[in-house]
Amino acid sequence: MKELSYYPGCSLEGTAREYGESLRGVCEMLEVNLHELEDWTCCGASSAHCTDEALAIELAARNLALAEKGGRELLVPCVACYSRFKVAEEEIRERPEKWETSYQAKILIHYALDFFCEDSLLEAVGEKVVVPLSGLKVACYYGCLSVRPPGITGVKSYEDPDHMDRLMSTLGAEPLPWSYKTDCCGASLVMTRTDIVRRLSHRLLEMAKEAEADCLVTGCTMCQSNLDTRQEEISKEFGHRYDIPIFYFTELMGLAMGHRDVKKWLGRHLTDPLRLLSEKGLMK
Amino acid sequence: MDDMKPETGVKGIEIEGGGGVTDPSFAKLVAQESGENLLACYQCQKCSAGCPVAYAMDILPNQVIRMVQFGLREKVLSSHTIWICASCYTCSVRCPNDIDIAKIMDVLRHIALGSGIKPAERDIPIFHSVFLDSIKSKGRIHELGLIWQYKSKTRDFMKDAALGWKMVKKGKIKLFPSKFGGGREIKGIFSRHEKGK
Repeated sequence: MKELSYYPGCSLEGTAREYGESLRGVCEMLEVNLHELEDWTCCGASSAHCTDEALAIELAARNLALAEKGGRELLVPCVACYSRFKVAEEEIRERPEKWETSYQAKILIHYALDFFCEDSLLEAVGEKVVVPLSGLKVACYYGCLSVRPPGITGVKSYEDPDHMDRLMSTLGAEPLPWSYKTDCCGASLVMTRTDIVRRLSHRLLEMAKEAEADCLVTGCTMCQSNLDTRQEEISKEFGHRYDIPIFYFTELMGLAMGHRDVKKWLGRHLTDPLRLLSEKGLMK
Repeated sequence: MDDMKPETGVKGIEIEGGGGVTDPSFAKLVAQESGENLLACYQCQKCSAGCPVAYAMDILPNQVIRMVQFGLREKVLSSHTIWICASCYTCSVRCPNDIDIAKIMDVLRHIALGSGIKPAERDIPIFHSVFLDSIKSKGRIHELGLIWQYKSKTRDFMKDAALGWKMVKKGKIKLFPSKFGGGREIKGIFSRHEKGK
């Protein structure tokens, strides 16, 4: 049994609810015990770092101090929160005298996708697969912050990463080569310049389609939400019909490992993934 | 950045063709705030070539760097570009001179918020301000509350209303904010660092 502190982040309480549910589900199956930080607060997200750097560092550091007090390594599912935490970690490690915080940058911070792609976890996942995802062609979509900047993420092949591809192969799916693995979806511009998000997301959907992918897989709440919930609008604006399910990697892990709640998680998507899975014989 | 010339106090010059008046201290300020060596830029334009939102910008990222070097403060701070940048870091990782351009964009936004210059993108700074207010009062982002506050400031109530309803039906919208107990700490952080109001 592995014991980890857990920082869900705000979107997992709402738009990315199925990410939280499926992450908890697979952690349980893999005997990873999550201890949610008590009284966690928002990481500050884009709005803090666009407004004031010190505010951004301290909002993130407050949560890291809570985690450090708990003494366990920290698991973070939302890559945007993870990125803010890693930036704060680096800043406080390099200039501790500048900051009013008890946090000393001493605990390990894991991004959920990276955590499950470590060799030991991949092996454990492989042993639990009961429904291999045979015939499911997936485009692994890493987005921006899970790989960039590499000084923060530690990802070496940040232009053409393959760790999620390895996870998908472990589940029995077929990850496809495609050129848009790390292109931006427009992220937090969705509320203010939705036109930009539609255009960037359209390009991603089109490229995944060109690669003959059945679906996209991501570990980013903003990527999933932009691509899943805006697909109908994108289809109307660009005059091509898109019907491409956008999975969280944890949902496909749960599916392959036979978790009982997969239908409930997938039922929260706006672009229906259930039809595809039943066509592939992966779900009744 | 000691060799950065010209020094503060040097008189600006009028740039022909509507470029504006130069502010010789501007490059130094941006370099100091970002910790980046702006003078290393040799205009290869790789940042702009890879930028996914360049099509929506009025000044390309490489041009922003050049304009900062020239001290074209007003022109840069009143651009759409600084707000359109999505902080995807593609420019930063591809720069052959290791200039973290995304970080410079952050610094330009910070300076713009304190400058009194009207932002070219009206809604983006409003969104950030509403977002931070939400953290200040509730500790976490309650998405529904955030959207409501944002819409009440931008007066665009119908946008995404149908999508919002679909998401409610899917259980993706949390109706009430979570309770939280870190209020005093959060208020302390904001009172120390809040700017851009």
